[in-house]
Amino acid sequence: MSPALEGAGSAGPAVEGAGSAGPALEVVRAGALTTVQDAGRTGWAHLGVPRAGALDGPALRLANRLVGNAPDAAVLETTATGCAVRVTGARPVLAVVGGAGCRVTVDGRPAAWGAPVRVPPGAVLEAGPAVQGLRGYLAFAGGLVPEPVLGSRSADLLSGLGPPVLREGDVLPLGPALSSLAPHADTVPWPGAPAELVLPLHPGPRDGWFTERALRTLASAAYRVSERSNRVGLRTEGGPALERAVEGELPSEGMVLGAVQVPPDGLPVVFLNDHPTTGGYPVVGVVAEAALARAAQAVPGTPVRFVRA
Amino acid sequence: MSGIRVLEAGPRALLVELGSGEEAEAFHAELLRRRAAGELPAVREIVPGARTVLLDGVEDRALAARMASWTVPPLSRSAGEAVEIPVVYDGPDLADVADAWGVAVDEVPRIHARTEFRVAFCGFAPGFGYLTGLPGHLNVPRRATPRTRVPAGALALAGPYTGVYPRPSPGGWQLIGRMPAPETLWDPAREPAALLGPGARVRFVAAEATR
Repeated sequence: MSPALEGAGSAGPAVEGAGSAGPALEVVRAGALTTVQDAGRTGWAHLGVPRAGALDGPALRLANRLVGNAPDAAVLETTATGCAVRVTGARPVLAVVGGAGCRVTVDGRPAAWGAPVRVPPGAVLEAGPAVQGLRGYLAFAGGLVPEPVLGSRSADLLSGLGPPVLREGDVLPLGPALSSLAPHADTVPWPGAPAELVLPLHPGPRDGWFTERALRTLASAAYRVSERSNRVGLRTEGGPALERAVEGELPSEGMVLGAVQVPPDGLPVVFLNDHPTTGGYPVVGVVAEAALARAAQAVPGTPVRFVRA
Repeated sequence: MSGIRVLEAGPRALLVELGSGEEAEAFHAELLRRRAAGELPAVREIVPGARTVLLDGVEDRALAARMASWTVPPLSRSAGEAVEIPVVYDGPDLADVADAWGVAVDEVPRIHARTEFRVAFCGFAPGFGYLTGLPGHLNVPRRATPRTRVPAGALALAGPYTGVYPRPSPGGWQLIGRMPAPETLWDPAREPAALLGPGARVRFVAAEATR
């Protein structure tokens, strides 16, 4: 029983201005959907606060490691079309572009993807459109330091907490780099985007709300990633609707990351980081967190299968 | 307690299902009591629902079996922090709610304001509490056609619940009034951020219209 048809986004707090002479990023090209993300905002689900955080957790941690940051420092998460930022301040900033594969340039000159790049003051670092995968991660030595909300700098697109979606001209402050030393690793293997998304599913808690046939169907059917997917959920299409054994409304209950919720159209939705904390559609199974990083990189149209975990 | 059922919600979470909303609130209170006493293993989130409590980030899988054997005392109606919320009862759906209740329009505020509410659970938006307390015969349906915009502070009813919209949004609940100062519902810089957290006791106090 939600009091609305859909969650309404509202503007979050303003991005902190650069003000001082400290290092910062100025957004030159915001891209389709670029947000600030860290490890997210856990511990507040009982107040209706989604966890948010980078959808591809391993990419967040690897990108941070490559620039010498703590693993959960705040980075930029791009969607499909990349973004471009100018580095301001007095010193060069070590940066890395990882996650989705793309062309990387510094002031128009080709630079390494997935490895640390030194960006001089005033230069523009650009992550081009994704050629493999969907979500890119731009980490900077020192990390992004907009004002945290409830302990996290992540943008939460369901409820509007945290820094707003990036727009051209925004200025984002960077923190002081932890170390002036070059990081220990400079080239590392990054996982590729999945040609097929195979999601191991733990049945329940509401598998009993579906017919035996629906559960067999779910374990064998082929779906595709829908274009209507977002940070709230990976929606599926092109597969069979799952038949309910129990009709009626499920009293609202707590939802976990990776929950596979089945709305009235019968097509499974995999809850991602900005998912609502409570919901009234039955959850047929749960995808373990470790499998969700690949879901974050699955472009619309990617085949999806659910297999028994 | 008429018995509890512990369901797995993936490898790291347990969904405890109770026989009623009241039992779920009592079980939630017991979880908080045990956590405060250091008697609960590490759990990242404790999220009450209408008839359930979700424990997320559970490392100790044996907890499921132990919880099933707990003796949970009934909910103490005087437990929990009491919050008074001034409201103006001038909502556009007062007449419809009066019809559904079978009372005169001016009886709706009187009945509502003398009810002791509790926040059963949160959701929908940060700071939105689902408040129980109205007896079953005063449940009302959602509106057939939801409004595209409900203002922040709107005091609303649907099913067994009362709620106050913390910010403007689309909405399908029946609007019976408004809270003149809705910004106090949710302030992430305040501790606690939500005025209406799970377990809080709430009374609505009729205030004079000032705008």
